Amino acid sequence: MKEKIEEKLRAAFGDDILAVVEFKDELTVEVKRERIADACKFLKEDPELSFNYLSDVCGADMLDFEDLSSRKSYLAVEHEHRPEQVPVGERFQVIYNMISLKNRSRVRLKVKVDGENPVCPSITSVFKSADWYERETYDMFGITFEGHPDMRRIYMPEEYEYYPLRKDFPLMGVPGSIPLPRK
Amino acid sequence: MSTTSENKREISQILKTLEDRDTNVVVEDPLENYMVLNMGPQHPATHGVLRLLVKLEGETVVDCIPEMGYLHRGYEKIAEASTYMEFIPHTDRLDYISPIANNVAIALAIEKLAGVEAPPRAQYIRVIGAELARISSHLMAIGAMAMDVGAMTVFLWAFREREKLYDVFDLLTGVRFTTSYTRIGGIAQDMTDETKHAIEGFIDEFPKYQLEIAKMLNRNRIFLDRTVGVGVIDGETGLEIGLTGATLRASGIEHDLRTFSPYLVYDQLSFDVITEKEGDCFARYMVRMREMLESVKIIRQALDKIPQGPIKVDMPKKVLPKKERVYTKMEELIHDFVIVNDGINPEPGEIYSAIEGSKGELGFYLKSDGSGRPWRLKIRSPSFCNLQALPLLVKGQMISDVVAIIGSIDPIMGEADK
Repeated sequence: MKEKIEEKLRAAFGDDILAVVEFKDELTVEVKRERIADACKFLKEDPELSFNYLSDVCGADMLDFEDLSSRKSYLAVEHEHRPEQVPVGERFQVIYNMISLKNRSRVRLKVKVDGENPVCPSITSVFKSADWYERETYDMFGITFEGHPDMRRIYMPEEYEYYPLRKDFPLMGVPGSIPLPRK
Repeated sequence: MSTTSENKREISQILKTLEDRDTNVVVEDPLENYMVLNMGPQHPATHGVLRLLVKLEGETVVDCIPEMGYLHRGYEKIAEASTYMEFIPHTDRLDYISPIANNVAIALAIEKLAGVEAPPRAQYIRVIGAELARISSHLMAIGAMAMDVGAMTVFLWAFREREKLYDVFDLLTGVRFTTSYTRIGGIAQDMTDETKHAIEGFIDEFPKYQLEIAKMLNRNRIFLDRTVGVGVIDGETGLEIGLTGATLRASGIEHDLRTFSPYLVYDQLSFDVITEKEGDCFARYMVRMREMLESVKIIRQALDKIPQGPIKVDMPKKVLPKKERVYTKMEELIHDFVIVNDGINPEPGEIYSAIEGSKGELGFYLKSDGSGRPWRLKIRSPSFCNLQALPLLVKGQMISDVVAIIGSIDPIMGEADK
């Protein structure tokens, strides 16, 4: 099944498929950002693949991502700020998990989003369920989804100025960022 | 005479001061205006801290906007700062009605990433725990839904059964509520014979009490009036909007992760995936009622088939050693120290692992950078996905049906808000 998905996607999108990774028996396909809605639509509407259920959309911040698997020390190390590690243009990732009920298989699509101007096309026109998932990603990472009907925060207050799941947001939060109610 | 006219002037002055922007609403024709009603976050029928803004025309719901985030504790951020092991207790607080199922879900996700597999006995015990949690959760859903539409008795009966279940959890895990029962590569403690008898006792008795609840509700005129044909959603729309779990199966879609991608030992157990066609509140109630009996069936088979053996796999670099060996052996002490302080260091990569929790597909997306702490952990919570369909379900219904619909999709805000 995985070969078929890869083959079909490559045939339809050609060079817009940037990478195909298989890890722990799971297929991850990296798509060019502009084509993500088309890729979702293709996977959904292809009669043989029919990935008709969007299981999840989530973001990830790759700021200063570093492969630590070969480090020697057993003590936990802090990530050092070395800006050249992940290019700014690839700071964020948006990950789409899809299910095919017919074939009992899963596929994961991934796009990279610019760190300076985090904008990604919305897939709400393909999957209605992406509505809240994209709102959550916007709330947590500040990635704006173009073409989304209702791009508001979902968990944090609307006037909140920060994006909590970004790696440069401190774990303890920013003191005073949420004003207490007046007495 | 003069005093009355003075009085009048005074009163009109007071009235004028009262008439300011905030207190004065000009309604030209009350029948042509919508009323916006705020429900929650402190509303007993919203099952926690869900807030709804409901737009009404008379008593009919025109539009509904759920507001989330009143229980947002930032678990995904906490996860990035804690080791994989440290995050397991946090999962208890997600769907706090069925904590064992969450423990199983996170343990399976970490094990998939780290390449660990629990021994068969632990897998069977996990199945038993997860199914008991499903019964507990469905009892809560049915009881609370029945109470929302006016049937107090069922709520008390359901809670009586849940109390027995908590006693079973107490024996199985050592605690009643926040269990934290699973470990990476196994479970915290073995199931004793006493626990086994207690579980057998519960599942022998339970169908009788399930039937009691069914007798109370299935042909109850009031309950039927409040639930049949209310909040209807068809399967195609349900898939499109992202419904999951019992709520999706009530719309006729046969999708259950236990058969879709069998995890643990579900492929060795025989059970049916319950579906209903109607897709209304009553169908969702019926799916839950029948699923509880399927869970009993699964637990009975698991108890029959459960093998003897270790409850933790022997992988010193990934799995915590036994406590008594930590205290007496040097090597185990070192491994214990490293795992607790540094973590299990799975190879870099990303996985998504999901189980059929009691509310639906409970998934964890994990991205590792090779260190002991996850680079990113995403909780795919079924309650969040089900709540997204709420505006669709309540549109065109009466205001009193809103509580029945919320009850029938059974959201737990601890999970929806993360």
